[in-house]
Amino acid sequence: MNTEAVAASPEDVNTAGSPAEDHGSDHGYSDWGYIKIALFLALVTAIEVSTYFIDFGSIATPMLIVLMIVKFAFVVAVFMHLKFDNPMFTKLFMLGLLGAVAIFIPVLLTFEYF
Amino acid sequence: MAIVEEEPRLLELTAPETVVVPADRGTGVFARPAAQTGWRSWLFTVDHKKIGIMYGAVAMLWFFVGGVEALLVRTQLATPNGTVLSANLYNQLFTMHGITMVFLVIMPLTAAFMNFMVPLMIGARDVAFPRINALGLWLFVFGGVFLNISWLTSGAPDCGWFCYAPNSGLSFSPGNGVDYYSLGLLIAGIGSMVGSVNLITTILNMRAPGMNLMKMPIFVWMTLVVQFLLLFSLPVITIALVFLSLDRLFGANFFNVKAGADPLLWQHLFWIFGHPEVYILILPSFGIVSETLPVFSRKPLFGYPFVAFSGVAIGFMGFGVWAHHMFASGLGPVSVAAFSLTTMFIAVPTGVKILNWVGTMWGGNIRFTVPMMFSVSLVAMFTIGGLSGVMHAMAAADTQQTDSYFIVAHFHYVLFGGALMGLFGGMYYWWPKIFGHRLNERLGKWHFWLVLIGFNLTFGPMHILGLQGLPRRTYRYGPGLGFDFWNLVATIGAYIILVGMLVFAYNILRSRKTMPPAGADPWDGRTIEWSIPSPAPEHNFDYVPVVTQIDDFWHHKYQKNAEGELVQIARGDDIAQAGDQHPHLPSPSYWPLVLAAGFPLIGFGLIYNLALAFVGLGLILIAIYGWAMEPSTAPGGESHPVEDSPATDDGDGEAVDTSVEDAEDHSVAESISDPEEAPVG
Amino acid sequence: MADTTVAPAYGPTEWDEVEHMPTSTGLSNVKITMWAFLGSECLLFGSLISTYLLDRNKPDLIPGSGPKASTLFDIPFTSVSSFVLLMSSMTMVLAVSAIARGNQERTRLWLATTAALGATFIAGQVYEFTVFYREGLGYTTNISGSAFFTLTGFHGIHVTLGIVMLATLWYLSKAGHLTRENAESVEIVGLYWHFVDIVWVVIFTVVYLIP
Ligand code: HEM
Ligand SMILES: [Cu+2]
Repeated sequence: MNTEAVAASPEDVNTAGSPAEDHGSDHGYSDWGYIKIALFLALVTAIEVSTYFIDFGSIATPMLIVLMIVKFAFVVAVFMHLKFDNPMFTKLFMLGLLGAVAIFIPVLLTFEYF
Repeated sequence: MAIVEEEPRLLELTAPETVVVPADRGTGVFARPAAQTGWRSWLFTVDHKKIGIMYGAVAMLWFFVGGVEALLVRTQLATPNGTVLSANLYNQLFTMHGITMVFLVIMPLTAAFMNFMVPLMIGARDVAFPRINALGLWLFVFGGVFLNISWLTSGAPDCGWFCYAPNSGLSFSPGNGVDYYSLGLLIAGIGSMVGSVNLITTILNMRAPGMNLMKMPIFVWMTLVVQFLLLFSLPVITIALVFLSLDRLFGANFFNVKAGADPLLWQHLFWIFGHPEVYILILPSFGIVSETLPVFSRKPLFGYPFVAFSGVAIGFMGFGVWAHHMFASGLGPVSVAAFSLTTMFIAVPTGVKILNWVGTMWGGNIRFTVPMMFSVSLVAMFTIGGLSGVMHAMAAADTQQTDSYFIVAHFHYVLFGGALMGLFGGMYYWWPKIFGHRLNERLGKWHFWLVLIGFNLTFGPMHILGLQGLPRRTYRYGPGLGFDFWNLVATIGAYIILVGMLVFAYNILRSRKTMPPAGADPWDGRTIEWSIPSPAPEHNFDYVPVVTQIDDFWHHKYQKNAEGELVQIARGDDIAQAGDQHPHLPSPSYWPLVLAAGFPLIGFGLIYNLALAFVGLGLILIAIYGWAMEPSTAPGGESHPVEDSPATDDGDGEAVDTSVEDAEDHSVAESISDPEEAPVG
Repeated sequence: MADTTVAPAYGPTEWDEVEHMPTSTGLSNVKITMWAFLGSECLLFGSLISTYLLDRNKPDLIPGSGPKASTLFDIPFTSVSSFVLLMSSMTMVLAVSAIARGNQERTRLWLATTAALGATFIAGQVYEFTVFYREGLGYTTNISGSAFFTLTGFHGIHVTLGIVMLATLWYLSKAGHLTRENAESVEIVGLYWHFVDIVWVVIFTVVYLIP
């Protein structure tokens, strides 16, 4: 654990701390990259919807869940910049997201939902 | 010289708040409030210290109300077949007592200390979003008033503080009481919600240079954990309350058993919030004693990282035990076994803390001041309550104890003996920093002993009553069942508590007149809030404190000499800041108050007449736009007197050189991206 | 031993010269706040979705009380509106990248497109609700109706709030108040908007598609 003094003087600090400066120049995709991702997500959606027309049998549900997670992950990581941003944002969000999953799956379990 | 709000305010969450207005724009529709003194300076303030004081003062008023409710209940139960109250009124009284004490007393008292002390303890000039802070206060105030207005209508809520559905549905609770319950708690809950994101951001982002997470005072740590608990548990109760309101006001079917609703849904949603809530109530007091015990034992806290991380562990585990409140509800054996186990485990980090406190006092040079006495009593009383908690963690035992007075004994030992005793300790400890003078110690000791004895007389016997089989929430019991004696003792105890509290009130009034100014550092404190004058000046710190270790201020006073002995090198009062600088601060604002006022209007509107709800909504929208168009600091209010300060003779050249290589490597961000120091990680 | 002329423990330092006191993490306050809030929203929607799952197939004890929501779903229609919302995430991200480049015109274009796509989604929802109502499922008809309308209604309110925010940003840009320095507000609204979108990703799969 970091017990040393952090930022003992102003020069140690990332003065790009003021928010607007640190994006724009920062990593992330080009516009075209974002569009490609969106097209990919559209494709995933099309596959999802196809389960309504084609009978996938017992793999339909697991497949839908996997595809949902893929879409979710891409939007969060790329569109919401978590992939490029400070890991603290990921932690804050994941705390809530995983917390919700870890709480409500047991709730449904106690109702013998599954 | 703005430590606060170095960027234009981007207020979050709802639409127009995210709007950014360049600070040079006009001040919006109305002129800004400018009063520095008088009631206006309080109503429109955004100063975290004034807000903290108001939280505390309003909470103490509610404490009086909740106390009267409790005394009525105890008077009714003093003798068998009591005739003081009707069954109906009795139900309303114990319900409102519980709601008041939990939501309107303990939570706001903790909020009072968090608001007042956290910026001082982390070396900040205010919280991250001062206006949102004010909004949180006013929502709490209006939520509390709204709840209590139910007394004037068809009756207060009478469904117990957890207000189980479907018992709280229209068919069993036809009056408006439950509507006031759900809407009132929603209003107060929104207040806690905005408060929680605000304090989280403040603690993560506004610490003094050098204060990484592992150098924060434990009270700040516990505040951080509590705010995360609120952040993640409030949405769940929000949804439960929304369901309840929709059922009652718009005929939805969430708890309509005839439509196939499962009555356990409410219980789950409530207790997913409810159990974290009990830690929301206790952890701030744990934080307070972790500050006072070292100061009055003249020893550093024993095992700082353990205290911090056990708090984090409690926070995590607190979300995994909720169903222990439902052991008797037919959950099924697997669920019961699982939650029984998790509940037993959660006692472990709690026990760790108790060991650390005892270890702190062990071999210390103890001063038995009043704050110390309250703190020690917390450790003792909470241990009793924790042990009875572990008793009903065992589901087999709990099926006997649940809904009996044994449970009442348990939660009063943790809530009164734990949370409240800690808060009293905090009041005596920080009173000088808040008001500039101490409370009288002799009266304080009377207060302490009366409350401690009264408390044990009141709630100790409830263990016996519960095991004898007296159910909780019975408005009377027959004679000759063996309940008479201990009930009478409990009632006598309750009146002794009353006497103790009257002594406290007298102490407050008398100390104001008779106690001399306290000086910056009356207790020989360890943390940096003691390095500024008492009462804390409006801008908190003349100069940004630079922190290098835990208990930093103490190390400015005591150092090892050549022989390696610890000697005092300075007195706190002498090396405190003078409080004579005037950095500019965020300006007061009308909008938080106006915005908050819209919520009770919506509440009344939903109950009585939807048109009123739209008026409330309109008010909120206006307030949001007014807020967004108003820069956080009034133009022209800027002054940089610090620059005239003569003492800045060196260092300039280096300080300006910000082009240093790859600043990220040194950035303070390191302290947080270090996995071991993740927030509540 | 106390020297009465000692300097204060915390005297002036070079920190007092810094014009903009950096935050402890170097990150922006608002962004931390937004992410914390979104974490909290996960539990809000978690409660709503779980309740719907629990209630969607509850046997009704009152006979003849209307169809279950899931029997009325029009998957092709909802697929289209889901697609619309997904695409609004793309236009939102383009708005953020435009403002980062300082291109106000583009920013406004994408903001407007995003808002329009959002409005289309809401219109679709209104249409869906009226169809359900005409087919006999009102808000109070049965428990699946209450749960369904509340869940999707909550989401709809979130989208609507997002549209208001987008419109405000558009106006600010038009009025010249959306400078490069406060470009962050676009990013923050963007975070909110994407979040609302991913909530729908979950709802679409869990509520509509999984049989
Ligand atoms: C050592 C840790 C603890 C354990 C193992 C524990 C266990 C329990 C259990 C199993 C119950 C349910 C009893 C029943 O209704 O049958 C309960 C009730 C309760 N506990 Fe605790 N508890 C602990 C600490 C706390 C703390 C710290 C607080 C508050 C500061 C607290 C407040 C309450 C309250 C208010 C209730 C009663 C709720 C009600 O039914 O109205 N407990 N506790
Ligand atoms: Cu509990």
